[in-house]
Amino acid sequence: MSMTQERANAAAYGAERPLLELRQISRRFGSSPDLAARIAIALGAAKPAPVVHALDRVDLSIRRGEVLGLVGESGCGKSTLGRIAAGILQPSEGTVLWEGEDRNGFRGRRLRDADLKAQMIFQNPMAALNPRMNVETLVAEAPKIHGLIKGPVGEYVDDYLRKAGFDPTMKRRLPHQFSGGQRARVNIARALAVQPDFLVCDESVAALDVSIQAQILNLFMDLREQLDLTYLFVSHDLGVVEHISDRVAIMYLGRVIEEAPVEEVFARPNHPYTQQLLAEVPRIRPGKRRFAAMKGELPSPLNPPKGCHFHPRCPFAFERCRTEAPATREIAPGHRSACHLNDQSAA
Amino acid sequence: MTALLDVRNLVTTFPGGAGTGLRAVDDVSFQLARGEVLGLVGESGSGKSVTGFSIMGLVDWPGKIAEGQIIFDGSDLAKASVETRRSLRGRRIAMVFQDPMMTLNPVLRVGTQMTEALHAHEKIGKAEARARARDALGLVGMPSPEERLDAYPHQLSGGMRQRVAIAIAFLHRPDLIVADEPTTALDVTIQAQIISEFQKLTEDSGTAVIWITHDLAIVSGLADRIAVMYGGRIVEAGGIAEVLERPRHPYTRGLIQSVPSENSRGTRLTQIPGVTPSLINMPEGCAFRTRCARATAACVQRPGRFGDEDSYHRCFHPHEEALR
Ligand SMILES: Nc1ncnc2c1ncn2[C@@H]1O[C@H](COP(=O)(O)OP(=O)(O)OP(=O)(O)O)[C@@H](O)[C@H]1O
Ligand SMILES: Nc1ncnc2c1ncn2[C@@H]1O[C@H](COP(=O)(O)OP(=O)(O)OP(=O)(O)O)[C@@H](O)[C@H]1O
Ligand code: SF4
Ligand code: SF4
Ligand SMILES: [Mg+2]
Ligand SMILES: [Mg+2]
Repeated sequence: MSMTQERANAAAYGAERPLLELRQISRRFGSSPDLAARIAIALGAAKPAPVVHALDRVDLSIRRGEVLGLVGESGCGKSTLGRIAAGILQPSEGTVLWEGEDRNGFRGRRLRDADLKAQMIFQNPMAALNPRMNVETLVAEAPKIHGLIKGPVGEYVDDYLRKAGFDPTMKRRLPHQFSGGQRARVNIARALAVQPDFLVCDESVAALDVSIQAQILNLFMDLREQLDLTYLFVSHDLGVVEHISDRVAIMYLGRVIEEAPVEEVFARPNHPYTQQLLAEVPRIRPGKRRFAAMKGELPSPLNPPKGCHFHPRCPFAFERCRTEAPATREIAPGHRSACHLNDQSAA
Repeated sequence: MTALLDVRNLVTTFPGGAGTGLRAVDDVSFQLARGEVLGLVGESGSGKSVTGFSIMGLVDWPGKIAEGQIIFDGSDLAKASVETRRSLRGRRIAMVFQDPMMTLNPVLRVGTQMTEALHAHEKIGKAEARARARDALGLVGMPSPEERLDAYPHQLSGGMRQRVAIAIAFLHRPDLIVADEPTTALDVTIQAQIISEFQKLTEDSGTAVIWITHDLAIVSGLADRIAVMYGGRIVEAGGIAEVLERPRHPYTRGLIQSVPSENSRGTRLTQIPGVTPSLINMPEGCAFRTRCARATAACVQRPGRFGDEDSYHRCFHPHEEALR
């Protein structure tokens, strides 16, 4: 077992204080209606200026050296949570602790350092890269501004490009001259160049060819070892999350509903939503199988159902689920789940 | 039994390069029976979509079908008139595009587009058309389908737009659907619902499906047969179990091995080295040669098809052993 992994395991049992801790984080979007809101207004399903409850009192901590996978349906708040964790979006309520200290209290140098130490790699590598800047300029930009480059800029850039598996001899070219996989590498080099401790990867391999995706996933794992990185890995691909994560958090409609070490959650999913989600993990297994649909209406973050957000689609829902939001309970070491059924079996 | 679709030695070119142009689809052949699902997989840019466009008669000028035949229910579409093509499209052959906005008109309401599609090929009343449109939306898991009929495409999320496009493809219960990455943008749960509707359609109406995707896992549970493309050619084809369990072509093998599985945790994924070559500098001979660990001097020649029509590969040094 590797050093990093050993540390992550130690951390999982509370031996270390988390690198990042989110406490009771809520985030609402209101003033300018987004797409979902506009539809709802157009359909008369909502009054103007509705509020999207993108995140609802989320608790989550990330330990130094671990890879935390974050999964859930489209629109459940994964990117919003990722952006808050990366420090590029403010929560409406709640506290973000960085190395145990409230990030809101940071000023000056401490603030700048904390900002640099958390970086985000976005979903669409093309959109994230300025099309008129060549690769060298793109990678050098931020570390130059922050005075991180001591020696020659060219060498600094080459070093990070090489770390990201990108041939530095091509650094004078523009982003559109590269393939999707190469652009992903530029994006990664760019994030690494400010020497972060923590990377939020938001669907970072989703747009890549399977053969290239494997290269990038291997790269993430290598970098983790070499640079001691911590990751929040957002993906809708359960196979990828299972491969790369130490722990997994599952979101449903603005809430984290289950959280556990990766083997545990795949072997013993507790929450009814997780159970249904994991039943659909795509595996290469020749032989026709029946694909089945999950029952019930898709929920809307505009007016989330009362009580447990999952109750309209849950086969086990009972009276209490419709009125009372379930609390999160630890059901096994490091395994937390928010479902009323856990109270019943305990009682 | 004669095949519903019989594609023979199809070559589709775009201008460029030297000589006869860029061969985006290069000598592609396959057959499809009624009710059958063919998984068409492969690298980005390998010619999957262009194969689909060729069958649909939608290759954009100056691209063209340069050689080969596309025999659909006994007649050759490659030689059919524009009118014949148009009357088949939507009614007997439908396509779900990678980008749903290729199906949808941005300035028309969803309901209008769906009822127009129905009126184009069927004599039915307004109310009936609307009811059928609504039911089709319900089938693909659209929440509040009745209300959605009055929405414009821009008022829907990407996943919802894709579902509208799929609903339109289903409207006439066509003989053949070319589905180009139909569920890639969707969540697993919705994905499962859409696939289950495709499965019902193939069983109830005998619709044949060409399912174009990167996702081997879906294909493994859905398709009867699989064809793997690389650099414009089908490099391996056969029954789904046969190919996935005993892939012969090194690209197919690499592709399967690079997918994370429940056993891959904590290990490095097998990766195919290098990058996908573009059509302009496609290596001569075997196009996979520059990335292949088994390549020898023999591979600068172009490998022909080894095997029979139903099951073949294009490799001089194929793997023989089963995977794992
Ligand atoms: N800037 C914004 N203004 C208004 N609403 C927003 C904004 N950003 C996100 N939302 C809304 O918040 C909710 C959560 O969005 P988020 O992007 O976090 O979802 P996600 O889980 O990342 O989804 P996906 O898997 O589709 O990327 C959605 O309903 C979205 O429409
Ligand atoms: N209109 C066009 N003009 C010129 N070249 C084109 C055109 N359309 C496609 N091509 C080229 O034909 C080749 C095959 O493209 P195609 O879209 O079929 O790939 P694909 O296998 O569907 O890839 P992906 O998985 O990325 O969708 C590519 O090299 C592409 O650049
Ligand atoms: S709390 Fe109730 S509705 Fe929610 S997941 Fe548990 S049983 Fe289902
Ligand atoms: S023909 Fe040669 S280069 Fe091509 S896949 Fe086979 S061994 Fe590799
Ligand atoms: Mg997102
Ligand atoms: Mg395509």
